[in-house]
Amino acid sequence: MNILVCVKQVPDTNEIKIDPETHTLVRAGVPSIVNPFDTYALEAGVQIKEAVGGKVVVVSMGPEQAADALKTCLSVGADAAYLVSGREFGGSDTLATSFILSHVVKAVEEKEGAPFDLILCGKQAVDGDTAQVGPELAEHLGLPQITYAMDLTVEDGAIQVKRECDEGYDLMTTSLPAVVTVVKLPTEPRYPTIRSKMAAKKKPIPVLTAEDLKIDVARCGLKGSPTKVKSTYTPSREKNGMKIAGLPADEAAAQLATLLTDAKIL
Amino acid sequence: MSEAYQNIWVFVETECGKAKNVGFELLNPARELADKKGCKLVAVVIGKDVEHVAKDAICYGADSAILVEGDEYEYYSTDAFATALFELIQKHKPETVIIGATNNGRDMGPRVSCRLKTGLTADCTALDIDEETGCIAWTRPTFGGNLMATIECPECRPQMGTVRPAVFKKAPYQADKTGEIIREDIHVAADAIRTKLVERVKEVAEAVNLEEADIIVSGGRGVGSAEGFATIRELADLLGATVGCSRAVVDAGWMPHAHQVGQSGKTVAPKVYIACGISGAIQHVAGMSGSDTIIAINKDEEAPIFEVADYGIVGNLFDVIPAFIEAYKKIKA
Ligand SMILES: Cc1cc2nc3c(=O)[nH]c(=O)nc-3n(C[C@H](O)[C@H](O)[C@H](O)COP(=O)(O)OP(=O)(O)OC[C@H]3O[C@@H](n4cnc5c(N)ncnc54)[C@H](O)[C@@H]3O)c2cc1C
Ligand SMILES: Cc1cc2nc3c(=O)[nH]c(=O)nc-3n(C[C@H](O)[C@H](O)[C@H](O)COP(=O)(O)OP(=O)(O)OC[C@H]3O[C@@H](n4cnc5c(N)ncnc54)[C@H](O)[C@@H]3O)c2cc1C
Repeated sequence: MNILVCVKQVPDTNEIKIDPETHTLVRAGVPSIVNPFDTYALEAGVQIKEAVGGKVVVVSMGPEQAADALKTCLSVGADAAYLVSGREFGGSDTLATSFILSHVVKAVEEKEGAPFDLILCGKQAVDGDTAQVGPELAEHLGLPQITYAMDLTVEDGAIQVKRECDEGYDLMTTSLPAVVTVVKLPTEPRYPTIRSKMAAKKKPIPVLTAEDLKIDVARCGLKGSPTKVKSTYTPSREKNGMKIAGLPADEAAAQLATLLTDAKIL
Repeated sequence: MSEAYQNIWVFVETECGKAKNVGFELLNPARELADKKGCKLVAVVIGKDVEHVAKDAICYGADSAILVEGDEYEYYSTDAFATALFELIQKHKPETVIIGATNNGRDMGPRVSCRLKTGLTADCTALDIDEETGCIAWTRPTFGGNLMATIECPECRPQMGTVRPAVFKKAPYQADKTGEIIREDIHVAADAIRTKLVERVKEVAEAVNLEEADIIVSGGRGVGSAEGFATIRELADLLGATVGCSRAVVDAGWMPHAHQVGQSGKTVAPKVYIACGISGAIQHVAGMSGSDTIIAINKDEEAPIFEVADYGIVGNLFDVIPAFIEAYKKIKA
């Protein structure tokens, strides 16, 4: 099994603060992490490799620092990593991003000398939050897809996926090659060890450029993106709601019940 | 470019012959957009035995409906639904396509927009028309709800977006409203549907319809155990509410995933959301901040959930909830 995992380096959205004066995101000092959903995708890939044999390759498109995210992946089970970087790629929306990644798949297959049987993505990246790159990558490649995977296993050249749905899950299968996007797994992703971190540090991470990808740059970056971000604003979070504190439970509860029924909320 | 493209479409998702609410909800804001633009609002219904859904869509505000029926559309599959919607768009050339941001909508939407080489704005919570450009201004939360962005698709048609369930309310049902139902015969061969649904596993006895609930009572790690949820359930039963939970609860195995609210669970926007023993992590808040009224019960005065709550009680939920039940019963008696 040759498995490709697409990972994005994202700011840790737990750590993002809003500047109270300018009402913009304060990104300085916010740590960059591997997109949490991608850590599940990687863990799924590594578990499948351990079960049936094969290789796990990770790719990330981003600035030079995104190599750090790839190092992290190498320390928790990925066998090889490629960084996709270049000014042509900046500002890509999901259509352009997935177009670029579809070329990356071809280029890495050539370098690794074998086609990928399975391509894994996270359900969504916690910065852009669109959940569109996985399905669009599948479309560019003409592959079947299963999204919202909660568990996945490979058997006899097919993949079985528990897909999250309203009242439980759907058990789905598809033949390989295929694209699967992962929400979570029954187990948490593994941690690196000191040894695996050292080993990861030593591994080279080749950089793929627009030239390496032989890609039509008119379909990349801002130029190649049909959607445009017109404006952004930060929603006001502080509601200044009323908080009942320091009262015995029965008094507090009675007060709240009266407030809510008077206001016809309940 | 845009001359040939006209009308606003709302995709009304169905499964097993039943419509998901979000399709009907979206007809309401889409009606306003269509009136502003002076164009037609068309509902697109793909499913098995779903003519009644097409009729309902007209009663909820569509001028007309396009109907595709077939056995292959009984259950959702990416290949069948993406193919059908793509062919319809190619033939009729709508100017705008709006899709509910359910799991299936977000699975199909990008497949279709990519095949059309057009833009798709994800998971929107507000829709408007940009006076200057005439484009749809799609507004959506990003960075886990920390940043709202307004997106436009100026150069490609159709302009497409997925919109969250439960953000818009359905318009009143006009039983006597009529409109044309256009049948389109599109079939997808069995072997062109590459994914197979082997089994649908219901993990929960009762149907958990968080997205359509008016009141949700949610429990977090503070509930302490699966047994602790009896207290949450008692309050929910009293209020006619649906039970939700945080991811910590699902991870601990106290509740099935179908109840989870948040970034990797359901996005909900009920009239009332009661968060009990939930700290208010951004991933949880992302899934419930659209609720009309948020009530928090937490023993930690500093818990971030109080920042988004309209009403809060600082206290032990096992004391507060029973006391609240008693007080509420007294008032209503
Ligand atoms: C405020 C804002 C709003 C935006 N809204 C939209 C929008 O509505 N529509 C739109 O088309 N674009 C939008 N974009 C652009 C979009 O965020 C970028 O294209 C982004 O690079 C990919 O989208 P995402 O982060 O949502 O990823 P998702 O589609 O959520 O990511 C899914 C998975 O794809 C893989 N993946 C994603 N990016 C990479 C990468 N760079 N390298 C490797 N793997 C990757 C990962 O496995 C990831 O888990 C927006 C950008 C901003 C700043
Ligand atoms: C990629 C990603 C996706 C995620 N998706 C989701 C998601 O969809 N939904 C989600 O909920 N989380 C999600 N999370 C997890 C999230 O970050 C938090 O870990 C989680 O929401 C915490 O759940 P909690 O509030 O129940 O538990 P905790 O954070 O442990 O909070 C428990 C709270 O209960 C209070 N408490 C304890 N005992 C009592 C008592 N007796 N009475 C009253 N109060 C009490 C405590 O003061 C505390 O505030 C996600 C995380 C990641 C990284």
